[in-house]
Amino acid sequence: MMQKLLALYHSLQEKGLTPEQERLIRYELDLAAQQKNTDHSIRIDYFPPQSMYDYNDLAMLDEPLRPAILSLSPTHSIDELLERDRQREEDGFPRKIRVGKMIKPGRNGADKVVVVPTTVEEKLLHDQVRANEEGEGGGGEGEGEGGSGEGEEGEVIGEQPVREEKGGQGGAGQGGGEGHEIESDAYEMGRILTETFQLPNLKDKGKKKSLTKYTYDLTDKNRGFGQVLDKKATIRRILQTNIGLGRVQPGIPVDPHNLLISPDDRVYRILSKEKDFESQAVVFFVRDYSGSMSGKPTELVVAQHVMIYSWLTYQYENQVKSRFILHDTDAKEVEDFHTYYNLRVAGGTQVSSAYKLVNKIVETENLERDYNIYIFHGTDGDDWDTSGKETIPELEKMLTYASRIGITIAENGYGVSGGSEVEKYIKGSGLLESKKNLLRLDVMSKESDEGRLIEGIKKLIS
Amino acid sequence: MELISQHAKRIMEGCKERARDVGLRFQDESLEYIVTNRDLLELSPKIMIPTLYDYWVQDVEVLKERGRYELYPSNPYETVINTRPAISFYNDNNPDWLNVMIFYHVIGHIDFFQNNLFFRHTWDFDFASRALSDKRLIAKLRSEKGRWVDYVIEFSRSIDNLVGYFEELAHFSREKEGRKLSRLDFYFDTFLQSEKKVSIMEYIKELERFNELIRNHPEDGEFLFLESVKSRYSEFDSFYGKNKKKKKPAEKMDIFQFLMENSEFLNREENQWMLTVMEMIRSTSLYFQPQIRTKILNEGWASYWHEELFLQDDRIRGHEVDFAIVNAKVTSMPRVGLNPYALGMRLFAYLEDMANKGRISMDFLLLKDKATRNQFDTNIEKGRDYIFSVRENCADSMFINTFIDQDFVDLHKLFVAGKRLNKERMTWEYYVKSRKSKDYKEMVLDSLYHPPSLQIQIIEENTLLLGHLFEGKPLVQDYIKGALLGIEFLWGGQVFLDTSEVVPQPVAQQEKSDGQDKASPEITWQKVRYRMKDRKLSRKIVNE
Repeated sequence: MMQKLLALYHSLQEKGLTPEQERLIRYELDLAAQQKNTDHSIRIDYFPPQSMYDYNDLAMLDEPLRPAILSLSPTHSIDELLERDRQREEDGFPRKIRVGKMIKPGRNGADKVVVVPTTVEEKLLHDQVRANEEGEGGGGEGEGEGGSGEGEEGEVIGEQPVREEKGGQGGAGQGGGEGHEIESDAYEMGRILTETFQLPNLKDKGKKKSLTKYTYDLTDKNRGFGQVLDKKATIRRILQTNIGLGRVQPGIPVDPHNLLISPDDRVYRILSKEKDFESQAVVFFVRDYSGSMSGKPTELVVAQHVMIYSWLTYQYENQVKSRFILHDTDAKEVEDFHTYYNLRVAGGTQVSSAYKLVNKIVETENLERDYNIYIFHGTDGDDWDTSGKETIPELEKMLTYASRIGITIAENGYGVSGGSEVEKYIKGSGLLESKKNLLRLDVMSKESDEGRLIEGIKKLIS
Repeated sequence: MELISQHAKRIMEGCKERARDVGLRFQDESLEYIVTNRDLLELSPKIMIPTLYDYWVQDVEVLKERGRYELYPSNPYETVINTRPAISFYNDNNPDWLNVMIFYHVIGHIDFFQNNLFFRHTWDFDFASRALSDKRLIAKLRSEKGRWVDYVIEFSRSIDNLVGYFEELAHFSREKEGRKLSRLDFYFDTFLQSEKKVSIMEYIKELERFNELIRNHPEDGEFLFLESVKSRYSEFDSFYGKNKKKKKPAEKMDIFQFLMENSEFLNREENQWMLTVMEMIRSTSLYFQPQIRTKILNEGWASYWHEELFLQDDRIRGHEVDFAIVNAKVTSMPRVGLNPYALGMRLFAYLEDMANKGRISMDFLLLKDKATRNQFDTNIEKGRDYIFSVRENCADSMFINTFIDQDFVDLHKLFVAGKRLNKERMTWEYYVKSRKSKDYKEMVLDSLYHPPSLQIQIIEENTLLLGHLFEGKPLVQDYIKGALLGIEFLWGGQVFLDTSEVVPQPVAQQEKSDGQDKASPEITWQKVRYRMKDRKLSRKIVNE
C-alpha cells in the first residue's frame, strides 16, 4: 500500500508540484505511514461521565436494566412545536428548535441513528479555558479529571483511540445487518427538513417513468378453500372451536382424536396481487476517506449526507435507492451507510477514481434508463491530481446523465482556505457556469454548524 | 404514578425507626410512588416535581429524552425531592431488599434536606403545592396573553442561574437591623481604623494592651479596658451611639430583582403580569440552588447511611451479596472520573475516623512527625457528632476546601488524571498527573457548579451594563446571544455585557508548537464588550 502511494507520489513529483501541493501530499503520506502503528491501540472500556453532576440516584441505585422500547405522547406534537418555532420568527426572535440526530455507538460498529428535535436553553455560563478556538472535539487536553488507584505520577494508565467516540473504526464488512435502521427515521427527518427549513421540493419528480408493477404471492388467507393449507393457523382455529364447545378443558390432556373439525376451521393461503414499487431515484453518496479527512470534515460531510438522504427519501416517498462509494487513491463501493460512515484509511486522494467507479456502475447496471440519478460528493478538497486532468472528463461524463451533482468541500484546515485543489480545478473548468442546473459546489470551513449544513444543502439541491 | 404497596410502606416505616435510632432527624410523613419509565421521562424535564408549570421546552426535552433514551438507557433522575412531605420514586419491580437499600439512601437525602443550613429557605413551606398554584397561574395567564407568557418564561429562565441565592440565605442568619457591634468590636474594627487611622504598630500595641488586661484581670478585664479607652478618647461614646443609629446599606439585588424594580418596560401597566411570571421563575430557581451546590455532600451522606443502616438491618439477612454488588457500583472510585457518591462517602468516613481519634484538634495539627501522626489516637469517639455537624453546616465547596488533605488523598490513592494526545499512535492517553492533595482539591473545586457573577448598573438613559466578574473563566460564547436577547426584552432597552475572553492563537502557530511544550500554551486575556440592541448582537474588543 505504502509502496504504491510512494510510487504515485514520485510520478507526480516528476510532473512537477508546487511547494504547497507537495506539503499537502507529504502530510497525507505521513498519516498513511502512521496508520500502521495504530493497529495496536488499546481500548479502554469506560466512558467517564462528562461531569460529576451526571451521576444520579436512579442510574446508580435502581436495576440497571430497563426496557428500551417506549411509546410516548408528549403534550405537544413535533408539528405543534415547529409551528411555534415559525411563530417565533414572525415575532422577531430566532428559531430555537433544531433537528438533531444522535448516534449511538453500537457493538461491532453498528451504529444507530435516531433523529430528535433538540433545543438549548441559553444562559450565561462559565466555559472551560481553551488556548485555541478549535477544541479537540468532545474533551480536549487541559483540565484534569479525578482518578484513583495505583500508578506513579506521570505514568500512563490507559489510552483511547482518538476517533473511538464515533463508534470505532469499523473495518469493511462490519456492521452488516443493521444497515437500514436509519431508514424509518429518515422519512420523518426529510419531512421536517423540507417543512421547517423550507428546503425546496423537487420540481419535476418522476419525469422518468414511475413504475408500479404487480407481483403475485401467497400472502392472503382464506377459510374453507384455497391453494395451500396453513397448518399452524388451522390448528389454532380448531382449538378455538373445541374450547368453545368445551371439548378442551384446562388441566386435562388433549386427545387429538376427539377434536371436532368444522369446515370453516381450515385456513388456506391463496394467491394475491401485490403492488411493488420501483425506486425512482438512485443516489450516489461519494466520500473521500483519506487521512486528511479525519475528524471534523468527515463529520460534516456525513451529517450533510444524512440530511440529503432524508430529504430525498421524503421527496420520493421512500422510493430511493442509495449507493455508497468511498475513495482515497482507489475507490470502492460499500454496502451500507454504517460502513460508509465509519470507515477510514489514511491513504492519498484521487477524486477521479471515485468518479470513474460511479460512471462504471451507471453504465454496467444501465441505471440511466430507469432512474433519476443524484450524486453527492464530500471531500476536503485535496486531490493529488492537482489539475483535475483526470477528474474533469469523468465529471463531464457524469453530467450527461445525472439529475444533480452536488460537491461539498469541507476544508480540513491544513491547506489554504478557499484554495483547495478540487475547488480550483472545478471552478477553472467552467462547468459550474455552463451546467449550472446540474452541478453545484459548496465550500465550508471546518467550524461549520448545523445551520450552515442546511444552507449548504439548499445550495446543492435548489 | 401510584402509591407504593402497603407491604412496602410497612417495611419503609421500619427503616425510618432504625434511622431515627442512629440520630437522623426528619419529618414523620413521606410519600413513596411507583413510577414507570414513561413517568420518568415526563418528570425529569420538570426536575421530578409533578406539579411544576408547563413550558414547551420541556416537551422538546421530552422528545429529546426519548431519543436519548433509545440510545443511553440511563438518564439523570433524582429519586427524592425536597417537598413537605418528601416524595420519592421507585421502580415497580424492585425486590424488597433493594427497596430497603434505596429507602435508606432516600432517608439520608431527606435528613440532609431538612437539616443542612443551605436548604434553610426551603424549610417553611411545601414546594409541590406552591408549584401547583404557580402552574395554575401560568395556565390562566396563558389563556389571556397567549404565547407571550412563554417568551417571558423563556427569557426569565435564561437568567435563572444568576439568582441571588446567598443573599436569600443571608436573610435567615442576619438580624433584622444588621449586626450590632459591641463597644469593643467597634473600638477595634471601626473607631481605631477609620476614625483615628492609627498605624499598624499602634494598633498592635493597643491589641496587646487589651490582651494583657484580660490575662491579668480575667473577671473584669474588658470593663477596665473600655474605661481606659473612654478616658483617652472622650468622644468614643458619642461615636458609638451615632454608629448604632446608622442605617445598614441597601441589599445587593440580583438581576431579577434589579430588572423588576428598575425596568420601565416591565413596570408599564399592561406588562405588570410579567413580574408575576418572573418572580415565579426566580423562586423556583432559588429552591433548587442548594441541591446542585451540595451534590457531593448530599450523595455522600446518603451513601454513608444506606451502607451503615442496611448492614445493621436484621430483616434482610441473606441479601448481603446482592447488596454488595449494587453498593460497589454506587460507591466505588472510578479509575478515571469523579464519582460524587464515592468521594462524599469516603470523606465522611474519613472525618468520622479522624474525629474518633481526636485528630480534629489543634494538638494534632501541630504535630509534624509522620509516625506520631499515624499513632495519634485520643479515643474520644466523637466521630458521629462531628459528621452530623458537617452535614448541617457545609456546602460542597466548603466540604472539599476544608477537608481534603494529603492523608485523605494518600489513603484512597487518589490522583488527578490528565489526558493528552499521542500523535504517533493517534490515541488519547490518560496518565497520572498529580497525587498532591492541593492539585486534587483544586481539580474538584474547579469542577463544582459555579455560575458567573454579574455587576449590574444603569450607565445612561435606558442602557444596562452587566459587568462579568473575572474569575479565570470565559463565558460560553454561543449562549451569550440568547441570554442577552432575553435580558434586552425584559429591560426594554439596549444591554451591554463586559467580559473577558481568551485571545485565540492562530492555527499556524499551533502547528509549530506541536513539540513537547504543548502542555502549557500561553493564555492571554482580552476584555470584550458585547452590545445587544434591537435584537442584534455586536462584539467589540476593549483596549485599555
